[in-house]
Amino acid sequence: MSGQVMVFEEVAPVHPGGPILQVTGLVKHFSTDRGLFGGGAKLHAVDGVDLEIFPGEVLAVVGESGSGKSTLARCILRLIDPTAGRIVFDGQDVLALKGRRLAGFRQQVQPVFQDPFSSIDPRWRVGTSVAEALDAFAIGTKAERRARVLDLLDRVGLDPSLAGRRPHELSGGQRQRVGIAAALAPSPRLIVADEPVSALDVSVQAQVLNLLADLQRDLRLAILFVAHDLAVVEHISHRVAVMYLGKIVETGPTDAVFRDPRHPYTKALLEAIPRPDPDRRMEGSALHGEIPSPIAPPSGCRFRTRCPVAIGRCVTEEPEMTAFGVGHTAACHVARAEQQQDDHHRP
Amino acid sequence: MSDAILTLEHVDVGFDTDDGTVSAVSDVSLSVAAGEIFGLVGESGCGKTTLAMATMGLLPVSATVSGSVRFLGRELVGLPPEDLRRLRGDRISMVFQDPMTSLDPAFPIGEQIAETITAHRDVQRSHARDRALALLADVGIPEPERRYGDAPHRLSGGMRQRVVIATALANEPALMLADEPTTALDVTIQSQILDLLRDLRQRLRTTIVLITHDLGVIAQLCDRVGVMYAGQLVEIATVSEIFRAPRHPYTQALLAALPTQHQEPGSLRVIPGRVPNLIAPPPGCRFASRCPHVMDVCTIVPPLAHESADHLIACWLSEATREAGRPTGAATGGAA
Repeated sequence: MSGQVMVFEEVAPVHPGGPILQVTGLVKHFSTDRGLFGGGAKLHAVDGVDLEIFPGEVLAVVGESGSGKSTLARCILRLIDPTAGRIVFDGQDVLALKGRRLAGFRQQVQPVFQDPFSSIDPRWRVGTSVAEALDAFAIGTKAERRARVLDLLDRVGLDPSLAGRRPHELSGGQRQRVGIAAALAPSPRLIVADEPVSALDVSVQAQVLNLLADLQRDLRLAILFVAHDLAVVEHISHRVAVMYLGKIVETGPTDAVFRDPRHPYTKALLEAIPRPDPDRRMEGSALHGEIPSPIAPPSGCRFRTRCPVAIGRCVTEEPEMTAFGVGHTAACHVARAEQQQDDHHRP
Repeated sequence: MSDAILTLEHVDVGFDTDDGTVSAVSDVSLSVAAGEIFGLVGESGCGKTTLAMATMGLLPVSATVSGSVRFLGRELVGLPPEDLRRLRGDRISMVFQDPMTSLDPAFPIGEQIAETITAHRDVQRSHARDRALALLADVGIPEPERRYGDAPHRLSGGMRQRVVIATALANEPALMLADEPTTALDVTIQSQILDLLRDLRQRLRTTIVLITHDLGVIAQLCDRVGVMYAGQLVEIATVSEIFRAPRHPYTQALLAALPTQHQEPGSLRVIPGRVPNLIAPPPGCRFASRCPHVMDVCTIVPPLAHESADHLIACWLSEATREAGRPTGAATGGAA
């Protein structure tokens, strides 16, 4: 094997300070309902995920339904407990946190959801929603909290006079801004955003994407951006992780993954994007069939049942992550064999 | 256009609400040629779905439709409900975003298709069954014989949408209206369904009106496209024209708001302001309050006029609109 392959460690750390969040071997299985006569099964939602996010970085996790991307986000937020694995945030073992330390973690890692109503109470006034985290974590005096709320509304591009309104009086885009303001309130270091713009119209989506990009840059926020829309991901993220049936199949700098995808699933996904360019019409879909059930994922490589280049080995042996460039890795037997051949023929 | 299958002229749709009448569609004229895939694109609330529902006679009683909708030469506005019902599922069919809107959850998929046939055609059940099987095969359902008796819940979302499309094709309609048919699907499944629609048009010459918010889907599938904003139709052109040389300021702004890898994060173009309240919309062009080129004349509705043979625009910036809007030619532009 050439020295270039198979190494995570060989990748030079881009951030000497180390990652703010490190996820190792994360597994989340759900038991499905047991029928009268037994037969409960295990649903492999997330099945051994490793990832890192560095301060000030946008890492996108992309995948289709059933890929496990939202379950991964919920585990990181500690909304659900993983079955196995480790989550380290800022040097602390997140899964072991309790009491005050857990509260401190929740302050520093804030969610933004697709539907802002998952995080803001429809009955509360906007200002109350934004102040909730400040109140909960007892940050500042009452007057300071009030000033902070008005600041935050201004920061997300809302007129502070909206503080007295209720969510139903706002447009979808304004509501998502309120959700973002509420997430920013306790000065988090990591935002976990699950499909934050997928319910928005194109013109509103552009406003919210601009806002997230500005905040990220100005506040040096790390953002875990979970999304299915690859055009959005290509625009906003620094790095991307592609998930399929509970596993990350490819990860790397966004440019590298989009320009030179190595995993056949990533290639198919990119080809399937309906590009707003009539001169680039896709000729036939690259991928046939549908995502298999996560209750009984295929043996070996999980993508093999739909893969156009699968070989015998893909049935029996799960491919390991192979490095294809700085920080760019993919788990595919075929891509790896090609890489080795290239290395071999290189003068 | 002489071979028009569907022609809308000065269509208005209003919804009565407690707060007043919502002007959901305002003075829309367009025509769809036989065999083409015509896209209707716009953001939420622009009236694209309402327009399709008005065409199908599917709007609730709170809606008032005026103007003319001619389908194969026959006027549909004011047609008795019974006649409209006979047309639907026969000469015109519809595909919705959520397949379960059209499918009966308790009923085998094959029989649902067969029933659509027997409801409109005097044929033997065995014949309808054979035809349903052929349709299932046509839309790419593997092993149709085995799947015929399956209830919809046994199928994935993509497969269900294929069944809905098979049902929509059952009586070889002259026109299929598809409202966000791939919006609920994953991107790899969406590309399969787009392929299927492309293939059906090729093989069966089905005319399709595709309603979507997704400019990518428009670019991939349609021949021509109409752009709607706040109930008004602002531009009609071939797909290549719309993407290469959009003329209406709203179309331009919409395309510029699409995220691409070329733009620095944070620098996407946004459209300032909000969609006007359609209960008492401002007179004239409804995009005026957000338009970077707004002029005094924009308080008068700009007529949709031909800039070239296949590019129509409703904007006072356009010579064609100004020409069509001269006091002598007070009537607004005709159908495309």
